[in-house]
Amino acid sequence: MEKLISEFSVGLFFWQTLLFLALLFLLRKYAWKPTLMAVNRREKGIEEALESAELARKELKKLQSSNSELIQEARDEREQLLKEAKAMKNEIIAEAKTKAQEEANKVLTSAREEIKIEKSKAIEELKTQVADFSFQIAEKLLAEKLSDKDKQSDTVKSALNEINFN
Amino acid sequence: MCTLAANFKTPYSSRSMRLKIVFSFVLFALIFNPFTAKSEHGQEAGDSTDIRAEIKADILHHLQDAHDFHLFTDETTGTHYSFPLPIILWDGGLKVFMSSKFHHGEEVAEVDGSFYALHHNHIYKTDAEGTINYDDNDHVTNAHPLDFSITKSVFSVMIVSIIIFLLFKALGDGYKKSAVPRGVGKFLEPLVLFVRDEIAIPNIGEKHYQRYMSYLLTVFVFIWFINLTGLTPLGINVTGNIAVTFALALMTFIITQVSGKGYYWKHIFWMPGVPVPMKIILAPIELLGVIIKPFALMIRLYANISAGHIVLMSLIGLLFIFNNWFARGAFLGLTLFLSIIELLVAFLQAYIFTMLTALYFGFAVEEHDEHH
Repeated sequence: MEKLISEFSVGLFFWQTLLFLALLFLLRKYAWKPTLMAVNRREKGIEEALESAELARKELKKLQSSNSELIQEARDEREQLLKEAKAMKNEIIAEAKTKAQEEANKVLTSAREEIKIEKSKAIEELKTQVADFSFQIAEKLLAEKLSDKDKQSDTVKSALNEINFN
Repeated sequence: MCTLAANFKTPYSSRSMRLKIVFSFVLFALIFNPFTAKSEHGQEAGDSTDIRAEIKADILHHLQDAHDFHLFTDETTGTHYSFPLPIILWDGGLKVFMSSKFHHGEEVAEVDGSFYALHHNHIYKTDAEGTINYDDNDHVTNAHPLDFSITKSVFSVMIVSIIIFLLFKALGDGYKKSAVPRGVGKFLEPLVLFVRDEIAIPNIGEKHYQRYMSYLLTVFVFIWFINLTGLTPLGINVTGNIAVTFALALMTFIITQVSGKGYYWKHIFWMPGVPVPMKIILAPIELLGVIIKPFALMIRLYANISAGHIVLMSLIGLLFIFNNWFARGAFLGLTLFLSIIELLVAFLQAYIFTMLTALYFGFAVEEHDEHH
């Protein structure tokens, strides 16, 4: 201890304190402040950059998943559309078929009716013609029969016989 | 001296750049240490007790501060290779002159009618003949003026401070151009980050650490750099001076007390959580602790650096005591090894000083909810 005290140099202590304080203030102004500030700023920058990168990554992921969802949706929709189109096609075909059937049926019935009408007309005509023919024959027959007097009376007689007076 | 240099140039073909630097640094220190300059003389004399006394004197001389910057001495011609430093005395007025006036302590310097002599690195006021008077205990009784000389240590502190300032200013300026350090900043920025992330924040806490960063950084860099200069062959021993470590520890002490908050003082004078008799017993102990903490800082740094220098110099000294190449080789290896250890110690002591300083600051600014 005594040696330490005897070794102690006031001058050295004075200069050491003075020089150290000078160094401290100079370094503070020209070295530590700019360095620490720059380092802090840089660290903050790096942190922010990392954060934003993470955010962007998440966003991208979200986008990707929504993309695939969109694709799936589109695919589903296409499928749906195709199905619908097919169904519609079938429907249209079926409808057309039934319509055609109906039309055909209508044509058939009207044809039948016409045939019926024509037929009855023909029968009527035939009837009249047959009656005409009968008249003509009867005329001829009558003309022939009336020429003979006996025959006439026979005929009237037979006719009178045939008619019952009831 | 030169043969040693030649022999030891081979081992550092290591690819690692850093290792290379360390090796060349230590080798440089070994080869050009002013102490080794005495080798020629030692071998010729062959008188081991003489060499021992000389080594001891040299070590003691080295550990002390000096008034001139001694590089080496040519023993055969007795020429000292050194450069003088200014002497500043306060002796009823300011007296400034160059240390060359003392002629390495061999002559008495006369300034404005007063005579001064250099005796064991202390300046005493003497008569014209330079008589030094002793009392019964071999203490010098001559009056000594207040010595504010730019001694070797002060000079070293100045040079190292300038180097530190230029280096770290370059780091600070570098950020004006880009956010990423360039050049020397690539090496220096990790140091700043180390002090912030490993020393300041863990010990002081996120909330208060910023206020102390300038001091912690300066103390750390200063002690480390000045310790490293102690490993150069220039034979500088700044942190092995008690005045220097005292100045540093005193600053830590003052800052700690000034920033001490209520909880800190309460912890000292009225320890919470213990019974009243214990509180009374603990108060003086805690109060003593306030002084002991910076005192330990001062002694630790001083003792570690002094011891390192003594051990290294003694080992180098042993190289000249043994006249046997095997022993010399072994001691050279040991010296090399210890030099590398000292390189680590230089850093470690700077780290410990800064770490403990930060810890004391942490105690001072501690708030109640953070503890117990």
